[in-house]
Amino acid sequence: MSQYYTTIDHFTIVPAVMLALFGCAILLFDFWVFPDPRQRKWLLIFVVLAELFTGFGLYRQSAYLASQGVPELAGFQGSVTVDGFGIFFNWIFVVAALIVALVSYKYLEVAGEHHGEYYSLILFAQCGMYFLASGTDLVTLFIGLELMALCFYVMVGFLRADKRSNEAAMKYLLLGAFSSGFLVYGFSLMYGMAGSTRLADVTAAIEQRQAWDPVVFLALTTTAVGLLFKISAAPFHMWAPDAYEGAPTTVTAYLSVASKAASIAFLLRIFLGPFASARVMWEPILSAVAILTLTLGNLAAINQTNIKRLLAYSSISHAGYMLLGLIAGNETGIKGIAVYVMVYTFMNLGAFLVVVAMRRAQIIGEDLDDFNGLVHRHPGYAFLMLIFLLSLAGIPPTAGFLGKYYIFLSLIQTQHYTLAVVATLYVAVAIYYYFKIVRSMFVREETETAPLSSSFGLRLALGVTGVLTLAIGIYPEPFLRLAQTSVLR
Amino acid sequence: MDQHLLSIVLLTPLAGLAVLLFIPGESKNLIRWWANLTAFAGFLISLPLVSRFQVGAPGFQFEERADWIPSLGAHYHIGIDGISLLLLMLTTLMGFIAILCSWNGIQDRVKEYYAMFLLLQTGMIGVFVSLDFFLFYIFWELVLVPMYFIIGVWGGPRKLYAAIKFFLYTLAGSVLMLLGILTLYFQHYNQFHFYTFEIAELMKTDLPLGLQQWVFWAFFVGFAIKVPMFPFHTWLPDAHVEAPTAGSVILAAVLLKMGTYGFLRFSLPLLPKASMDRTIVQALAILSLVGIIYGALVCLMQQDWKKLVAYSSVSHLGFCTLGIFSMNPNGIAGSVIQQVNHGISTGMLFMVIGVIYERRHTREIAEYGGLAHVMPKFATIFAFAMLSSAGLPLLNGFIGEFTILQGAFEASRTWAAFAVSGVILGAAYLLWLYQRTMLGQVTNGKNLTIPDMSLREIATFVPLIAWAIWIGVYPKPYFDILRQPVAEIVQRVRPGYYGGTTQLAREGPAAKPALSGGAR
Repeated sequence: MSQYYTTIDHFTIVPAVMLALFGCAILLFDFWVFPDPRQRKWLLIFVVLAELFTGFGLYRQSAYLASQGVPELAGFQGSVTVDGFGIFFNWIFVVAALIVALVSYKYLEVAGEHHGEYYSLILFAQCGMYFLASGTDLVTLFIGLELMALCFYVMVGFLRADKRSNEAAMKYLLLGAFSSGFLVYGFSLMYGMAGSTRLADVTAAIEQRQAWDPVVFLALTTTAVGLLFKISAAPFHMWAPDAYEGAPTTVTAYLSVASKAASIAFLLRIFLGPFASARVMWEPILSAVAILTLTLGNLAAINQTNIKRLLAYSSISHAGYMLLGLIAGNETGIKGIAVYVMVYTFMNLGAFLVVVAMRRAQIIGEDLDDFNGLVHRHPGYAFLMLIFLLSLAGIPPTAGFLGKYYIFLSLIQTQHYTLAVVATLYVAVAIYYYFKIVRSMFVREETETAPLSSSFGLRLALGVTGVLTLAIGIYPEPFLRLAQTSVLR
Repeated sequence: MDQHLLSIVLLTPLAGLAVLLFIPGESKNLIRWWANLTAFAGFLISLPLVSRFQVGAPGFQFEERADWIPSLGAHYHIGIDGISLLLLMLTTLMGFIAILCSWNGIQDRVKEYYAMFLLLQTGMIGVFVSLDFFLFYIFWELVLVPMYFIIGVWGGPRKLYAAIKFFLYTLAGSVLMLLGILTLYFQHYNQFHFYTFEIAELMKTDLPLGLQQWVFWAFFVGFAIKVPMFPFHTWLPDAHVEAPTAGSVILAAVLLKMGTYGFLRFSLPLLPKASMDRTIVQALAILSLVGIIYGALVCLMQQDWKKLVAYSSVSHLGFCTLGIFSMNPNGIAGSVIQQVNHGISTGMLFMVIGVIYERRHTREIAEYGGLAHVMPKFATIFAFAMLSSAGLPLLNGFIGEFTILQGAFEASRTWAAFAVSGVILGAAYLLWLYQRTMLGQVTNGKNLTIPDMSLREIATFVPLIAWAIWIGVYPKPYFDILRQPVAEIVQRVRPGYYGGTTQLAREGPAAKPALSGGAR
């Protein structure tokens, strides 16, 4: 191969190439081979294959790093970097995409919108996420972000006949485009300072400048606006409840987990890369944002009666906890974010999967009252939901506790005692609204008795998320070792 | 077998729970039998702990230790000393009795009920045997969920409010405690450069007084809410009144002791300087005294039988914390004995209420009167429970209160003077309760036809009455069991206390390496 596309270059993007190829394959096969809508669930095989190949690519990347004994491998003149951090996050995307695809076919059939494009959108979005986690160049990162976001704009509006879905997509698109504008503005300033789009050069350029340099400050704030929008941190969270509520529940699950994880990875790349030396500037800003996010997310969740909105606000508050890990910024904090993202993936996906199961032909199944007396009809689902909610709240011995544990510990290590106290007290607030769902499920009498929709994929996905949520809580050692590999530098 | 005895005791309820899940929900009697058998087996299995416990041996016994989460330095490390032995036996016995006394009271969702109870049982045992702070915290939190369901699903009219209040209160306390734990954990790392949650290791950390005070207050919030001490007690009456009988019994008898146990096992030995800090000791003693007197006064005002007993818990637990913060052997030993006593007496009082509530479905004191004529057996047992709670000599309550008062007197005569008034008030509200409900003529026609207690109901009281008399008449074994662990705590908090003349002082230094010996 030419010097512009070497084997190393290829090696660094193999997983993304696989995702793109299989995404295209789905589009073609959907058209040619499966014209009958009832056969479309066979497209799932392509998703599974795509994730297998992606996973294999990731496995080879980490094996190569281990065998060479190097921490990272750069391709395309430093635009893409394979390192433990990126690989860790990419595994999370693989798991999230697989689980979401597994549960989607039944949901889309019930909703009457089962189209093959859906699966390719999942893969294309994941391709974007790959570059968010592994990109080390402003342009690469931006393209990754937009690829992911575009796929999500379409997926959020996937229920064409549903007004809420359309409204949500429009709102998400407009606000998302607006925030991308801010982000690009910040990027242009960084490029102006460094004369290069590579993160390493930008880092060096910003280190040259003195503290409170106005250009750095402007670049920092504009970039932060764009990034905070993506992780739905307050005050840029307004899109999240509407988008989460309107989108098909499977997409909500994907959006709340994978998109958030990718954006967090992106955020870490930027704040621990170029802006690492500007810490004095962003620490107070992010602290304020984190407190605001925790407050708004937790307090607004209390009064929600729609489960998806409630979980949307809860996911806003989780973004606040992840930000706290960045504010602490030591090794425990970064590892804590990795652990947090990992456990959040399983528990939040699990909670949304139960909501997916509530969707039946005539019943939307998203209201708090729809959960009334669930334990009588489907004790299995009710107890799984209980585990997910306890985990979201951070009660041991569930996985969620581990995530919060690391965040709190990092705050204490870096002597952010006030933040630690605020963050812990919001755990008690959170349990209040999570237990509103528990109360409906276990204490209230049932109001309607139609059986839940269920499919093999859904049961499998629920089983996996449920078992992992408990397993990570009870015996976390292997998972913590895994997260250890992700620590940047 | 012997070296895993404690694990077996810990896991018996869990194993029973696993089997219980496979029994179909319709066969209610089978579920009841199985749950009762499991709980009884749990109690029987814990008995060898008593016979094989070496009285006076320093440090912990029946220790088991295994790595659990090496990256965090968390271990599966369990073991008991005299203090935990008594509370553990209280737990296994009260757990069995609570399960036994819900035979008729619980009629719907029987399977879930017993499942929750067995889970709760494991959590409580775990709290008392953990020697690793991480493990302790897991069990500590594990208790919340089943208790939430026991109150929230099988409770009274305001059960949802009471259940979530209980949950939020205790959770808020325990997350703040978690911050304290993490601070300690991190400080230990700073000094020794490895992470561990083991208590014996953490005790080696040398913390400056200022930091100790902060950590102490963090622990205090967690433990004081659980006890509950005076300003944090408001969840207790709600939880007690709304909980089903067995829930109240276990809540009063065991759950509250987790708080006092926390003070003894963690606050005092881990933060000796803060525990001897004048301000802190004064503050806690005053809060205890306020709790004793305020709780008793509120009892005098109650119209509701169950609420009265609930507030009496506030008063009695005030004695326990006062004893702890007297910081002398009498106070602390008395406190532990009083914790056991409170478990026995208040447990019995709640069971008494359960018996009458199942028959009349009201707890208004004014609804009753002259019951002794209708239900002589019931009246006798109630008299027993009431007198043991009021501290009649030759019954258990007297021993505990007397020893605590001795300890308090040694620490400060003022404290003792105030505390004594609590004893008097305690006798007053209990006797008055008895008078209003049991004595005189039957004023309410509905009470004329109440059946007296059945044999099964009486059987649930027999072990408790026997235990109450044993402690009241011959408490020496209890003091023997407690002498060594209490001496270790006092030695740790007040190194010069024994002064080198008594026999205990000679044991003191020898005991110290043994205490930390569990670390390796």
